[in-house]
Amino acid sequence: MKSVSFTPRFYVAAVMLAIVLLIAIIGPLVVQTDPNATVGGLYDRPAGWGPLLLGTDNEGQSVIANLVYGTRTSLIVGLLAGTIATIIGLFVGIVAGFRGGLVDNLLSSLTNIFLVIPVIIVVILLSVALDNRSIFTLAFVMGITSWPWLARAVRAQTTSVRTREHIDVAMMSGANLPSILLRDVLPYLLSYVVMAFVLQVSGAILLESTLSMLGLGPTNAVSLGIMLYWAIAWGSVRTGAWWAFVPPTVMLTIISFSLLLLQSSLDELFNPRLRRGKIRRKKGADPRFELPAAEGPSPQLTAAGVVEGPAPIQDTPKEGGR
Amino acid sequence: MDALFTASNLTKTFGSGKDAVTAVNDVSFALQQGQITTIVGESGSGKSTIARMVLGLLPITSGKLTFDGKDVTNPTGAARKAYWADVQAVFQDPFSAFNQFFTVKTLLYRSLRLLHESVGQDRLEEALGHVGMDLSVLDRYPHQLSGGQRQRVMIARALMLRPKLMIADEATSMLDASLRVNILNVLTDLRDELDMTVLFITHDIGQACYLADQVLVMEHGIMVEQGTVDDVIFNPQHEYTRKLVADVPKLHQEIELHIGDHEAAARDLA
Amino acid sequence: MTNLLDAANIRGVYYTPTGEEVVGVDNVSIQMAEGEVLGLAGESGSGKSTLGSIISLTARPPLIVEHGSLAVDGKVQDLSDMASIPRVWRGAVVSMLPQGAMNSVSPTMRIRDLVFDVMRAHDGKIKKDEALDRARDRLVTLGLPTRALDAYPHQLSGGMKQRVVTIISTLLNPRLLIADEPTSALDVSSQKALIEMLLEMLEKEIMSGVIFVTHDLPVLRTVATRIAVMYQGKVVESGPTNTIVDDPEHPYTRALLSSVLTPEPKYAKIRIEGMRAFDRESFKAPEVKH
Repeated sequence: MKSVSFTPRFYVAAVMLAIVLLIAIIGPLVVQTDPNATVGGLYDRPAGWGPLLLGTDNEGQSVIANLVYGTRTSLIVGLLAGTIATIIGLFVGIVAGFRGGLVDNLLSSLTNIFLVIPVIIVVILLSVALDNRSIFTLAFVMGITSWPWLARAVRAQTTSVRTREHIDVAMMSGANLPSILLRDVLPYLLSYVVMAFVLQVSGAILLESTLSMLGLGPTNAVSLGIMLYWAIAWGSVRTGAWWAFVPPTVMLTIISFSLLLLQSSLDELFNPRLRRGKIRRKKGADPRFELPAAEGPSPQLTAAGVVEGPAPIQDTPKEGGR
Repeated sequence: MDALFTASNLTKTFGSGKDAVTAVNDVSFALQQGQITTIVGESGSGKSTIARMVLGLLPITSGKLTFDGKDVTNPTGAARKAYWADVQAVFQDPFSAFNQFFTVKTLLYRSLRLLHESVGQDRLEEALGHVGMDLSVLDRYPHQLSGGQRQRVMIARALMLRPKLMIADEATSMLDASLRVNILNVLTDLRDELDMTVLFITHDIGQACYLADQVLVMEHGIMVEQGTVDDVIFNPQHEYTRKLVADVPKLHQEIELHIGDHEAAARDLA
Repeated sequence: MTNLLDAANIRGVYYTPTGEEVVGVDNVSIQMAEGEVLGLAGESGSGKSTLGSIISLTARPPLIVEHGSLAVDGKVQDLSDMASIPRVWRGAVVSMLPQGAMNSVSPTMRIRDLVFDVMRAHDGKIKKDEALDRARDRLVTLGLPTRALDAYPHQLSGGMKQRVVTIISTLLNPRLLIADEPTSALDVSSQKALIEMLLEMLEKEIMSGVIFVTHDLPVLRTVATRIAVMYQGKVVESGPTNTIVDDPEHPYTRALLSSVLTPEPKYAKIRIEGMRAFDRESFKAPEVKH
């Protein structure tokens, strides 16, 4: 339908993410070491290509093994939490925005209540209530507390889509509410939702790391945040055992950076106005013809040169006098 | 003969208290079976508000609407769905009225759910035929069609359900002049061939002149004049109608321009 | 006698990011005498707005003027080299009133602030009082209330906004004003008021010529002295208003006129087929000049 052109930014992000995913998925198969097995002494330096590639941590465990398993855990938690948050936010936002009235008031109040709940408090309470914090419990808690901003944004967009005439046409064609929401509202929100989902995942991964660094992380798995927790608790920064805290930091940075890069490149993809393009002349690219970054055929009553406006793009004879 | 649709003392107020705006003020009219009635008004006259109330898309503040003798004021739920089996609409913007993710086929097939399986496909072909289109248009997306084609598809969509009343709310306003005539002719043909009752909302009195059997003129929420084209357009009684007809630029006669009138007025005041 | 405007051999092309070329204006030449209103008529896609933007020196990429010259009062400029045209021309010699201008005014600025910005862009040293006095005088001359200067755009009606914006775009007394669909979004009474104001401005020599771009032929019949009809980037017929409206020769002009609907007796009883009744191939006939 639309001609899709991916920007370099997208490819960079995609490649970085692919590498991370590769590490997470097949890393554990490549690094055949159990992350909980003791392979050396306290903070052994990196040596050779085996389990000691990145040295050992405070319990003599292989850092590289912990790294790949930790990446996997962080990604799973992030993905799960992100998905839960997106689904809840989408549902609440669409129904509130479309129905309006009492339903909207109720759902918006609910959204506001959840907005002020700090995730950390919930997790602390949870750790008191449960002995075991699994990655799934953690993901669940993160998911059900991170959806409010998405719900608000979706609600706003839905109220705007609601006023479009194709909704009236859908109603008058006999469509029922679920059908209208699914086929007439959701597709118009999709570009935003995809980007929001990427942000949710990225946020969830960082949130998990934060919680882990505070000692509130999962109790039965290793994650990047937990690696950092132990690295700080055992003074690796002080003693200069960089292999204990640098690898997880770098990994976290790569993950969140690539996700954010992906999100911004998707923004360019979905919003044609942000696309930069060089107009190619017959004889080759001429810098004179580069389009300004944010471009639209809106006339302007500007100070410079009195009233001026760019040539209206809709006036092209390709459509001719139909 | 009884009117197909009547509106009695129809009023719509937006907001409340000091900020209340009366968009439609005690308007009464009747749509006769098999006739084309146009409501003519400028922006802010309330004509589109009336259209939405007639369609049941906007709740009324006070008054009564009847269709085929039955009360259809503020229909909801099942009653509204039944109402929409008899009353359909074509809207102003041929682009935003289309779900851009649907092909024409998806759009039209949706309505088939309301029709009996055996007649559905036939009705679809028949409706497309009435607007001068054939089945080849089914696989197109809206951005592949011109504005005029989109409006015709919209009319076909409405026709499939064989409504008794068709409401066209500024259906030609966003089209080039050359396409307008086509759409107006389609509506005229519907009246002639299917005995369809049409309510056409417009700000363009020239189109009303061409199309209508009955003309209703709105000004700021009030209906100021009603009657046939001959009466209302060529022999207007109300001040507003007179001015409206006189000030519209015409092709074959000059309109009276008063250049620099304000100076004479200022001198009079001095 | 030199013409007010002499635009010759203008060719304007749109370059899309995918490398395609779309011709907007295809070798068009038009002339105007002092005191004239030239109507540029045509459907959407005809090139009339493009031509208007080129003549008003507001054409920007992706629209590129490949060649053409513009002469105002005999002074010639090469349109293919936009950088060589003196900046002062834009606004003081030719001025553009774009389509939808009245809706593009910043909603957080009062009209008087806009006036000052506009005047200052042209003459950096002008004082606010001077600029406002000038605007006030202009409003009084044309019979508009001076309180419009203190208003925010949303406080003015559509018709008033459009008239105010028209005045602002002519504060520098340009020789030529190019107005793109100035009446299209207006009510009938506001349309009339704007047309009257434009004609009054011509009478008072605030500007010496107007190019009125529109698809609305009856409006041109009311305001224009000459009409040029455009189709697919070319001028197909041009001449005095009465000739074009009552005695058109080019098949496209005839087709365009056949689609007009006004509240006149002839349209009440007959059925018009409009453009459908014409053969599209005939529209490619050569230009007719009256």
